[in-house]
Parts: sequence; structure tokens; C-alpha cells
Amino acid sequence: MTRFLIRRVLLGILILLLVSIVVFSATQALPGNAAQAILGRQATPARLKALTDQLHLNQSAPAQYWHWLSGIVRGHFGTSAATQGPVTKLISGPLANSAFLVAISAIIAIPLSIGLGVWMAVKRDKPADHILSTGTLVLAALPEFVIGIALTLLLATKYVWRAFPAVSIIPPGDHAWDVPKVVVLPALTLILAVTPYISRIMRASMVEVLHSDYVTMARLKGLSNRTVVWRHAVPNAIVPAIQVSALQLAYMAGGVVIVEYVFGYNGVGSQLVTAVTNRDIPTVQALAMIIGAVYVVVNLVADLLTIVVTPRLRTAGR
Amino acid sequence: MSAISPDMENPGDPTAAPELVSAPPIRSRQWLTLLKSTVGQTRGQIGLTFVIVIVGFALLGPLFAPHNPNAFIAFPNQAPGGHLLFGADALGRDVWSRFLHGGWTVLYMSLSATLIGVGIGLAVGLSAAYLGGVWDEILMRIADVFMAFPQIVLALLVVTALGPKVYLIILVVGISHAPRVARVIRGAAQQVVERDFIKAAEAVGEPRRRVIFGELLPNVTSPLMVEFGLRWTYSIGLIAGINFLGLGLQPPQSDWGLMINDNRLSLTVQPWGVLLPIIGIAMLTIGANLLTDAYARSAIGINRGED
Repeated sequence: MTRFLIRRVLLGILILLLVSIVVFSATQALPGNAAQAILGRQATPARLKALTDQLHLNQSAPAQYWHWLSGIVRGHFGTSAATQGPVTKLISGPLANSAFLVAISAIIAIPLSIGLGVWMAVKRDKPADHILSTGTLVLAALPEFVIGIALTLLLATKYVWRAFPAVSIIPPGDHAWDVPKVVVLPALTLILAVTPYISRIMRASMVEVLHSDYVTMARLKGLSNRTVVWRHAVPNAIVPAIQVSALQLAYMAGGVVIVEYVFGYNGVGSQLVTAVTNRDIPTVQALAMIIGAVYVVVNLVADLLTIVVTPRLRTAGR
Repeated sequence: MSAISPDMENPGDPTAAPELVSAPPIRSRQWLTLLKSTVGQTRGQIGLTFVIVIVGFALLGPLFAPHNPNAFIAFPNQAPGGHLLFGADALGRDVWSRFLHGGWTVLYMSLSATLIGVGIGLAVGLSAAYLGGVWDEILMRIADVFMAFPQIVLALLVVTALGPKVYLIILVVGISHAPRVARVIRGAAQQVVERDFIKAAEAVGEPRRRVIFGELLPNVTSPLMVEFGLRWTYSIGLIAGINFLGLGLQPPQSDWGLMINDNRLSLTVQPWGVLLPIIGIAMLTIGANLLTDAYARSAIGINRGED
């Protein structure tokens, strides 16, 4: 197992390295001089030279890449082309806000959808299962911004119930957790976006396990329904749900982009959209790199967790 | 088409493998059965209806638009009434006319991206499964790298570098689907590669390209169709989302995604400018997903729990 772990971690690092090359090549893809492209019509020779030096554009591509990568490893993401301040300072607040949003959403969504999946499987082919199965199927189809705007219409306007703010304003200097009311709608959107996927896979895997001989055996032994379901069936059915949960967690790293924009929530997503609009390449690269890294790490953790919860894999000499 | 692979052209050839001879008629009958059983389910019927209605709006809508979608004909955010069925948008243009004109871009951009993504994914997936070994490893590791980004982030990265161009957005959304499609197709094809009729085709000297697309492909059509439906559902959301962020199509284009962005600040005053495009996008994605699910259920023949 140790060998497998080491291989898996090394593969993760390799993928991260390749990701960094893809992100870096975004600068190289800019037509002509990147500094010229960023400055546009405001380019005076002096500013052009300053930005060229700042981005190390007069060096070769590999040298530029090395410079950029070694900076990132030390936590320096360069200088924002839009604010002229360090990118690290620009994104650290939003990063914390987004992490909070994703964490809250995941903490609620994952147990909720696993519970829903188990319930659907236990009530298989009964009305409750039909309604929930169809409901999750419909919900799974909806893009995040459709869910977000529907929630705004229902819960943040005069039309139905004005319970929460339509725009998630976080006062400067404050963090999202200081104003919990603004987190409700973005979090609810993310929860509704990921719940269908996790609950549907949990239902499918649970239906299969409930049909197996050992579950019948446990029932014949006279164990209570609750014990059979939660002690005997769920631990075996949960592995695919863990993997899908990890995928959904990783997906949320990208899903926040649109959700944050819908609610004007000050996180990496809105920051990314602003940076793309301003063609602030260093900031876009930093955020793309962070989101890519989250994605890779979450998938790595999912694989490790899968081994931990599957005794067969835990003891296998892989 | 080499001279020593006459099996398809000449079914009477006694040296041909029996699967090759009998496969075509069974396959065509299977298609019909599948189609019937897809549309036979309630969800299939609802899905098909939704898709037909919205595609109808997207294709024929412009013919029925009462006003020029870009003409300023009323006060900003004017309430519905009179000649304005759904009122005016934030700039005083007719919401209903803009809605009727705005579906086409969603439809053609999402379908082109899906075709590109599924096409590349299919070619890569089949090649990886058939060639195996080093090629399989290389192709799948490349897929891993592209899957290390959420699709929207990959799209934004490209838009930053090259600007918000329509063909670019179609291309990058399509390409970001490809590794995901490739994985599924590879998985399905790996089970087929081991079967006898593939070895038979190789034995009679069929060229690789013909084995892959002539023998392997017809046996992965079910997962392929399901992938197409799924990726189309996601493409609609992604492309409408990019336009919604203002990073795709640019004003004054009438497009459902862009319309939502144009009018979202006047949501409390005049909701129709947001509501109509939201309903259009929602019906299209729900329809596509229900139809895909119905098809997948028919193809597997069992209760499908997950996409």
C-alpha cells in the first residue's frame, strides 16, 4: 500500500507541474508582446518597459517559467497588472471567503445527500423515491446560475419571501463569516448543485448492496432494519459516494466562479471574472493555479480515502 | 478499404466471421427498439417535448418577433402591457423579441461544442483502448492534466489570453469535454477489444483505422449517445454561463445568457428580462437530461441510478 501511496502522490505532483505549464503558456499565447496586450492603448514606452521588466518578458520562455514557478512555490504570485500591487495580497481575502463558502456547502451537502441516497434506496420504487429521483435528475440538469437566480427570485425579492440579501456584500476588512447572512444563498446554490450527483450515486450503490446475500443474511438473523441499513449496508455502499463527493468538491472550486458572480460574493470566483475582464494575467494565472491545485489535491485525498474505507485495498500489496 | 476485408461488402463470404455477417440487421433493429423504449417512458416524452419546444423557439423565434430586438422602443424596464408582451428590458428593448432571437446562439454554440468534444473524446478513447500500452498511458495522462481544471476555469484562461471570440469559446468548451468523454469511451471499448470478432478482423488484415471505427465504434454507440446527451446538457450551462459572465458574446447581441446579465440588476422592477431566458435555458437542459436518462435506461435495461 505504501508503494501505491507514494506513486499516487508523485503522480499528483507531476500533474500539478503539467498544470502549471498549461497555465503559464497562457502568457505566451498572448499575441505580440504580453505587456503591450495588457496595457493596450495606455502603453507609453516607459510603462511598457516597466511592465516588460516586471513580467520578465525580455527573458526566454523557460527562464520566465522558472521565475514564475519558483515564485509560486515561495507564495509569491507576482504583481497584478490591474492594481500594481502584489497578487498574493489581492487574492488572500477572497481566497478565505471562497474557502469558507465551499467548506460550509460541503459540510451540509455531503451528509445530506448521502442520507437522501440511503433513504431513496430504502424506499425504492415507492412514491418518495420517484419524486426524489425525478427531482434530483431535474436539479442535476440546471446550470448553477439558473439555480442561483431562481433562489434570488424566491428568497431575496418582494415576489415571494425577502429573507436574504440578493447581493452578498461583505464590508471591506470583514470576512464572510462576520456576515453569515450573505453566505446563505450562495451556499444554498452550491448545495443544490452538488446534492443530486452524490445522492443519485449513493442510491444506486445502496440499491445494489441491499440486494446482496449478506444483507439478506443480516435480516434473517433478525437484526433491526436500522442496524442492517446503517451498520451493514452503508459502509459497503459509500465508496462510490466518497469518490463522487470528492469530484463534486473539486467541481465546487470551479462552480464558485459563476455562483459568486451571481451574488457579487467577494471570493476567488468574482476575483477571477474581474481579472479576466481586465486581462490581469498574473492574477488569472495565480487563481487558475490555485483552483487547479485544489482540484488535484482533493482528488488525491479521495483516492487515499477510498483505500482507507475499503479493507480489500487496504491490505492489498499494491 | 483493402481487398482482404470484404466482410462488410460481401456478406456471403464463407470465410467471414459470423458476428460480422449477422451484426448489421440486429443492430438496426436494436436502434428502433431503443428509440421506441426511450420515447415510451414518461421522462423520455417530457424531455423530448421540452427539447422540441425550445429548439422550435430558437430556430423559428426570429420569424415571429414583433419588434427589432435591438430597437429602443420603450422606457427602460417598462412593465408588460400594450404591444409589449413581456415589457421592456433595462435599455428599453422588447424582451419578447429579444427572447425569440436569443435562443439560436445558445443552441448552435452548445451543439458545436458538444460535437467537437464528443468527436475528439471518441477518437482518443477508442485509440487508447485499442492501442493500449504506452499509448493508452500517454493519452490518459494528457486527459488527466486537462481534467485538473474545472471546465469554466480553462475557458476563462483561454479567453484571457486570446480574447472573447465565439469560435474560441466553442472550441475550448468542446476540448474541455474531450478527456471526460475519452475516459468513458475507453472504458466501454476496453471490454470490446478483447472479444473474438476484433481478433478476427485483425486476422483478416483490416487496417487499424477500419478496426477502430468499423468494428469497435458500432459497439460503443450506447455510451456514446449517453455521453453526447450529458455533454450537451453541460455545454448549454457552460456556454450560457460564459455569456452570462459577459466574457463570451458581446452586447447588443440577443442571447439568453447575455440577456440575464443585461437585466439582472432590474430583477425587482421588471423580472421578465431575466425570467424568460432562465426558463428557456432551464427547459433545454432539463429536456436534454431527461431524454438522455430515458435513453440510458433503455440501453442498460435496468434502473439507472447515476449519470
